[in-house]
Amino acid sequence: MNEKLYLEDESNLGVIENYEQVYCKPGTLTDVPFHYCPGCRHSVVHKVLMEVVEELGIQEEIVGVAPVGCSVFAYHYMNIDMQEAAHGRASAVATGIKRVLPDKYVFSYQGDGDLAAIGTAETIHTVNRGEKILMIFINNGIYGMTGGQMAPTSLIGQVTSTSPYGREAAQVGNPIKIADLLCQLPGAYYVTRQAVHNPNGVRKLKKALIKSFEYQKQGKGTCFVEVVSNCPSGWKMTPVETIKYLEEQMIPMYPLGDLKVPQN
Amino acid sequence: MEKTETKLGEARLMKGNEALAEAAIRADLDAYFGYPITPQSEVLEYLEREIPNRHGLVLQAESEIASINMIYGAAGAGARVMTSSSSPGISLMQEGISYIAAAQLPCLVVNVVRGGPGLGTIQPSQGDYFQATKGGGHGDYHLIVLAPSSVQEMADFVFDAFRLAEKYRNPAMILADGALGQMMEKVILPEEGSLPKVPTPWATTGKKNDRQHNIITSLFIQPEEMEQVNLRLQEKYKAIQSEVRYEEIQTEDAEVLLVAFGLSSRICQKTVDLAREKGIKVGLLRPITVYPYPYQRLNELANQVEFMLTVEMNAGQMVEDVRLAVEGKVPVHFIGRMGGMILSPEDILHKIESIHESQNAVNV
Repeated sequence: MNEKLYLEDESNLGVIENYEQVYCKPGTLTDVPFHYCPGCRHSVVHKVLMEVVEELGIQEEIVGVAPVGCSVFAYHYMNIDMQEAAHGRASAVATGIKRVLPDKYVFSYQGDGDLAAIGTAETIHTVNRGEKILMIFINNGIYGMTGGQMAPTSLIGQVTSTSPYGREAAQVGNPIKIADLLCQLPGAYYVTRQAVHNPNGVRKLKKALIKSFEYQKQGKGTCFVEVVSNCPSGWKMTPVETIKYLEEQMIPMYPLGDLKVPQN
Repeated sequence: MEKTETKLGEARLMKGNEALAEAAIRADLDAYFGYPITPQSEVLEYLEREIPNRHGLVLQAESEIASINMIYGAAGAGARVMTSSSSPGISLMQEGISYIAAAQLPCLVVNVVRGGPGLGTIQPSQGDYFQATKGGGHGDYHLIVLAPSSVQEMADFVFDAFRLAEKYRNPAMILADGALGQMMEKVILPEEGSLPKVPTPWATTGKKNDRQHNIITSLFIQPEEMEQVNLRLQEKYKAIQSEVRYEEIQTEDAEVLLVAFGLSSRICQKTVDLAREKGIKVGLLRPITVYPYPYQRLNELANQVEFMLTVEMNAGQMVEDVRLAVEGKVPVHFIGRMGGMILSPEDILHKIESIHESQNAVNV
């Protein structure tokens, strides 16, 4: 029980007295406000990831790699040592870090254009080497930062600024299920697909991240956590509409759950 | 002129690529990431063979793009790192090199140049001079570029390059060529462990409680901030000018000055002797650093010589810097061969003689 909670600051607004604090953001997040659009799930994934880092007590032992894309500024928000990689190369950068700092936890945080288009070679070979890192893959089926262009994971028929008549398989191929591909590689130790569109999904993602860091500590192979996500601005929808689209269109294409679990 | 301290009595006959790789181990290299390409694959091969029995780590990456980004990550984590490649592979690395320069990370990139453009040839060339000295990738940046002309320097310059890279937190390049990489010469290897590590408090090694989180980035999206970053980089490049190195051979009384770097300068040494036997007072200036470049010394020599002749294994790249240096005081001529072909000392001598003849014809 705390005595006083100041809203804004002492000189302002008011004070709530005799309250019980049941939740606060993790100390592993900085005080910088997220730049993400209202309703975007990046903020949730950032927060869950940093909660895990705080709960595992590994803030001093972790190095992250930010991608090019909307989460390019992830290092502004995550209060841990981080590097910003070139587009698509986050897993190569993470490899370089992990190889010279084998006792640290290392993760990359990448979007679909970054990980599954321009960085496909790095993605596959990082996993094939079984690099002992965690790759977090945010799949929202669109290039958010550059203004809503088609992604390798855009759905058939999906209208984007570069598929104005809808994505056609005959022209640009089908949505790529990169997590399924990676399962084929012996270097992939744990592959799972989650979503944070509801509280249950958030809890499951958190468990997946905790597991991944545990496996990394044990020196197992690459852990790959896909998060099927949304993009209100790129999809031209309200946040609520994106959740419906995510459930009705995205998840049927990218079914949730573990794709590969450790074999005993 | 700075010279690497060496321990005598350790002379070996080695290929340039292998001398360079051995020197890297002796320079306490923490990590090498690379991808095979002729004519420098011996670097990766040598390190794959030696490192497991000694110290450091080596990893064959899936591409030059992956290699340079692994270098970025490892350098950002505070490690002493190196990659090597040859021209087409170095082209692939340019984006990463630009990021490394912008993020101010020290590392060594070795280019054992082959003939281009395109897939070109595996024979030696100096056709990557512009790429090496003018930036190479996007944006306003420079590498510190050392141009060896012997197997000995292939080894020595590894130490010099790391020392400079770490002093200035800037990527350094060794600009060699296929002949220097492949040829065997006597080399006295640098002493192992004689290159101390420098502190890297900026590195991403895990955020400690007593400091802010360290960020390695090249993204400064506010133009005002990006301009400041650029101004700081330019200040650094100004400071780097003090590291200029060059060698002069028989310039004291020279009336004709040859200007050549790397392998071409070795050939020019013979030309100097041949010309002097014929009574032509020829000297040679060899830039050892091609960035920074010895503009000032060339400008001084322009007060003394009748003309300069730049000798390169390309279509004429460094000659532009020689012309900038002499500010029109004397004619600056060029002779070169391309596509992996190498000039002979006699070719260069004939060029000197023909320039003399045409000048005399004008005078008559």
